[in-house]
Amino acid sequence: MLAMNFRGPRQIRLDRNKPEPEIKHPYDAIVRVTRSLICGSDLHLYHGRVPDTRVGMTFGHEFTGVVEAVGSGVQKLNVGDHVLVPFNVACGSCPHCKQELYGNCNESNPQATAVGGFFGYAHTGGGYDGGQAEYVRVPYADVSPTKIPEGMDLENAVLLTDVVPTGYQAAEQGGIQKGDTVVVFGAGPVGLMAARFAWFFGAARVIVIDHVDYRLEFARKFAFAEAYNYRDMKDPVLFVKKATDYFGADVCIDAVGCDASGSLLQDITGKGLLLQAGSATALHWAINSVKKGGIVSIIGVYGPPWNLAPIGSLMNKGITIRANQASVKRLLPKLIDHIMSGRINPKEMITHRIPLEDVSDAYRMFSSKLDHIIKPLLIPPRAHAA
Amino acid sequence: MQNELENTIAEFQDRIIADRNLDTRTKDIPGWGMDADPENDPTYPMKHWNGADHERLNYEKAPQQPIDMEVLHSVERPGITRVFGNSTPPSGLSGAVRRYAYQFSEATATHWMTLILADRINVIEGKLSDLTHGILPNPWIERGWRAEWKHNRPAFISKAATTALLITAGLLLLKKKNKRK
Repeated sequence: MLAMNFRGPRQIRLDRNKPEPEIKHPYDAIVRVTRSLICGSDLHLYHGRVPDTRVGMTFGHEFTGVVEAVGSGVQKLNVGDHVLVPFNVACGSCPHCKQELYGNCNESNPQATAVGGFFGYAHTGGGYDGGQAEYVRVPYADVSPTKIPEGMDLENAVLLTDVVPTGYQAAEQGGIQKGDTVVVFGAGPVGLMAARFAWFFGAARVIVIDHVDYRLEFARKFAFAEAYNYRDMKDPVLFVKKATDYFGADVCIDAVGCDASGSLLQDITGKGLLLQAGSATALHWAINSVKKGGIVSIIGVYGPPWNLAPIGSLMNKGITIRANQASVKRLLPKLIDHIMSGRINPKEMITHRIPLEDVSDAYRMFSSKLDHIIKPLLIPPRAHAA
Repeated sequence: MQNELENTIAEFQDRIIADRNLDTRTKDIPGWGMDADPENDPTYPMKHWNGADHERLNYEKAPQQPIDMEVLHSVERPGITRVFGNSTPPSGLSGAVRRYAYQFSEATATHWMTLILADRINVIEGKLSDLTHGILPNPWIERGWRAEWKHNRPAFISKAATTALLITAGLLLLKKKNKRK
């Protein structure tokens, strides 16, 4: 089958002869991929920043597909079902899953206890091949995969596997109260969704800060946000303080993670010398920009083992940090309702529809922000097979 | 590492000790539990607390996926999870380095930095494997230079020219040094 094949940092090959996945466990399903997205967090893998990313692996944790085969223990899914597959591999029965922390499953990732199991996200995420391929093995098929509701656009369905719930949870974690001013650092797909959903929780002002002008323009239209380029500022923290009556934002959301730009020190130590797990610039700004007693929501991905962050300010300001990988299954009913009722149309952020065969180009375009790309969608050649 | 406390402590005693304390010891601790507030849970609404945490690892588990390949696992868990990814098992020199890394907990730099080292070794192994299988890497496609050429041509040309210039200057410098010797 065709599959994306990681060959090293910034090097992706289209593998034309990857063996098709097989059922390995009674609760497995095999899914023929119909749509797949490249996530901003895939770029951390692409840039070589996530430990235990092995050559030959297939990335991709946002995909929809048609069930082609099921294991002997699968009861809820049938061959032919068209499903959206949340990026979390979740057993449904460990204490974390039972308390709806599906992103923190205890039975899906042998390699790391700090991380749940995710499709196509290195061995740090459990060593599963992902959905940037024609077929995928989907473990615990009865738990997270969800039949695509009748009438839902396929592009909206695939966005429900990660970016929509992740953006929603970023806002939800912020504990936003009616009337709050919310600052979102990062105008990538997750930041845009977080900004859009901040209004759902009653925000009175939503401010997005990034350095890519076309994305800021998109934030104004898609997320109804005030959007500013930090390259037009000497000090983004001072800007937020002044913009919030020298009080600080009620809630700050770090929707960037370890690939942040904006600080030479963080760039050199985090992205150049790898002395920390990428650059923590956005988190630094978020902690310093939020009000005393405010909440910082971290949804951007950081690798282990550590990052430079102002813990002293965190303690002295009495800040609450809330962070987690999105628990997609928990959020799906609410988000399906938001989409089906027309309150949000996330597919507006898909700017590029690219054949799987051109996956190398797609990664480079997304990484270098070429051609005003916001969210690239991959379409495998067998997407429309009978 | 043999005699360190983490290697000698009796495992799976947490609930036994906790239950024993709840039965006996906590009664004698003034004020025990009087300010407990189940709603004081900063993880809500992400987590719907139902006490399952106190089951620890005694929950209903799926059958074990047959372990038909080498699966490294974190020392912070007692064994392999009931399912696991079967992509790219450890192999070669990078596999040996990964095996070493997995002897250390996720709290240590040794674990993660050794894995990064293994990743870089693995890239070289990948290139050698390509060559032995008669596959010539195609950076034009695989590194996305084609996309840069299409969408970002001036910057791409300038970056390529600068790189070529730096390499040429480096080679000339080396040549000059060698002549002096």
